[in-house]
Amino acid sequence: MQQTPMVEEQIQSVFPIVITGHVDHGKSTLVGRLLYDTGTLQSERYQEMVQSSCETSREDEFAFVLDAFEEERRRGITIDTSQIFFSSKLRPYVIIDTPGHREFIRNMVTGACYAKAAVLLVDATEGVQEQTYRHAWLLSIVGIRDVCVAVNKMDAVGYREERFQELRTSAEALLEKFGLSPSAVVPISARHGDNIVGPSDNMPWCRIAPLMDVLDNLHYTPIEEGAFRFPVQDVYQKSGERILVGRVESGSVRPGDKVRLLPRGDQATVEKILSFPEECAPCARYGEAVGLTLSGADAAVTARGTVLAHGELPRHGSSFAATIFWFFGEYSDGDAVTIRCATQAVEGTIALRQVFDPAQPEAELPCDLICVGEAAHCTIETRGDLVCDDPSLLPEMGRFVVEHDGIPAGAGIFR
Amino acid sequence: MDYYQALESKSVYVIREAYQKFNGRIAMLWSVGKDSTTLLWLVRKAFFGEIPFPVIHIDTSYKFPEMYEFRDRLAKEWGFELIVASNDHQLAQGMGPSTGMKLDCCTELKTNALKQVVERHGFQSILLGIRRDEHGIRAKERYFSPRDAEFQWDYENQPAEVWDQYNSFLREDEHYRIHPILHFTELDIWRYVQRENIPIVDLYRSNNGARYRSIGCVPCCSPVPSQASTVAEIIAELETSTQSERAGRAQDKENLYTMQKLRSLGYM
Ligand SMILES: Nc1nc2c(ncn2[C@@H]2O[C@H](COP(=O)(O)OP(=O)(O)OP(=O)(O)O)[C@@H](O)[C@H]2O)c(=O)[nH]1
Ligand SMILES: [Mg+2]
Repeated sequence: MQQTPMVEEQIQSVFPIVITGHVDHGKSTLVGRLLYDTGTLQSERYQEMVQSSCETSREDEFAFVLDAFEEERRRGITIDTSQIFFSSKLRPYVIIDTPGHREFIRNMVTGACYAKAAVLLVDATEGVQEQTYRHAWLLSIVGIRDVCVAVNKMDAVGYREERFQELRTSAEALLEKFGLSPSAVVPISARHGDNIVGPSDNMPWCRIAPLMDVLDNLHYTPIEEGAFRFPVQDVYQKSGERILVGRVESGSVRPGDKVRLLPRGDQATVEKILSFPEECAPCARYGEAVGLTLSGADAAVTARGTVLAHGELPRHGSSFAATIFWFFGEYSDGDAVTIRCATQAVEGTIALRQVFDPAQPEAELPCDLICVGEAAHCTIETRGDLVCDDPSLLPEMGRFVVEHDGIPAGAGIFR
Repeated sequence: MDYYQALESKSVYVIREAYQKFNGRIAMLWSVGKDSTTLLWLVRKAFFGEIPFPVIHIDTSYKFPEMYEFRDRLAKEWGFELIVASNDHQLAQGMGPSTGMKLDCCTELKTNALKQVVERHGFQSILLGIRRDEHGIRAKERYFSPRDAEFQWDYENQPAEVWDQYNSFLREDEHYRIHPILHFTELDIWRYVQRENIPIVDLYRSNNGARYRSIGCVPCCSPVPSQASTVAEIIAELETSTQSERAGRAQDKENLYTMQKLRSLGYM
């Protein structure tokens, strides 16, 4: 059973892209088509799609590759987000399909938070609609900077260039409102495969690269060189040692480094970095889940939620300006909630300052209530101290989830 | 951090979250296959070599002899508490893959056997080694997935799962399915097995020109033609294959929505 160790070839990371846009604008169809046109759709999944299209009396419905629930196929809609793997000639991807319906917006957020880039789909016949706005705004909150717009269903508008230019202008204007600018705007037909992996004979006027090439050109550089942050996830007792386990959310740490234990502010020294099966590591970097032992720390102050930090220190306090988005049930101003930021969980309340609908950002809504699909600028008041950072510098410590009656109901970023 | 370290860190984080939230009421389901054995390895990573909760093997009595041998050997080597659970009542009545619909057999000997053991021990959360790339329905799973007393998966009303904040709110009679290797693909598993040198049951290696790509009960698994007899060869084979992993699994072929039915019933 002895195996030869792998020759260290560099395995490429999977690039995660989320597909967003209004109801029925063709998100799932596009994903099915991308897989099919790149030759990475498994034959059985293809057969299953053909068979279930037939059973629901439809022509080959590429959306069914993603819409796998019986109910989704019957109703012809996406209910929950899904992730599917495929590879272009250049690199592997995970494509995250999301539902367009407003009632399923929590599933869209669930999908979007895994992505590093996004495609925003606009139906050429319908143009920019309510969820186009809401999704675009959400992308800006989730911190996705790379958004490409695909103008879909070009077949349904006779592949006309004027219609494309019109929609290009409105999509650009929409993204600009939320501080985004598209990486590219591409005319496509997901159903017929125009301009997905190769140029389309139906749009000789189009000098824009096919969508697949546009995606292959997206790059993402993680922020690796930030200040050190290690939110303690749990504490294990092992052979008389207290091991603090958690994930390095920013920066890196080595044995001998002096760290602050926040929010209290005590100082301690990192003794060992533990891993398995190797016993000790010389360093723990951004993203690694490790165990740390400390010296000079009062055991009582290191528990789940304590944040170990060095370099520029984070903010801490009990009152924070924030922007939130609501995706489950309703919140009335002053209700009790739990704020979860990294491994911290504190009780608190939200003082709503300005409630709005991202689909109509200009119209202000009453400030006593926030409902599914709405957003608000607010002040978070917590009962205990919370440690956080500027989301643009240190996203993992700059964002939070709001739990209402035990259910994740909203999410937000600190301002 | 390389790609496999990133996959591993994510899994370890999820395992530790589950342990933190459900300490004392948690167990892991181990089918002895490559995925759950990889999960078992990741559990050891998370707890620096220990496995601090029971490991359940659902024994339908129809498993391969190699699986029983491997199970007992690893349990001894790695030193964990093994719970072997069967639906004894149904087995005594003669339930088996040839008695009727395969779906009924899976339901009785797997789902209901699991139900019984979860109830008996009062587990509130079960770690499972499922992956998103296995099937369109699994592509929609969450890391933490609540199931009711009847094991139903309310897949149309899954809670949001944002930024590694996993919902763990338990209603009465609910339990959580926890999926720490959801983001691995089949190929990732094999590359990771190679990199970490994880022991894997020999059925996956080619013997006389055939190997199993997915293992379960003897009557419902057929081998696929293959010359791959080392992990490196299995990887090379998968890099060019377009067949799906469960092509050799009989119970998947009965109905288009078999998997959905099994899933919603809680079959792993
Ligand atoms: N004419 C035409 N129809 C298309 C095209 N792409 C998708 N459609 C059709 O539009 C309908 C909706 O497509 P879906 O892919 O399900 O849309 P969706 O955006 O995923 O919808 P939700 O997930 O429910 O929000 C289906 O009937 C598709 O066949 C296209 O390029 N041209
Ligand atoms: Mg869809």
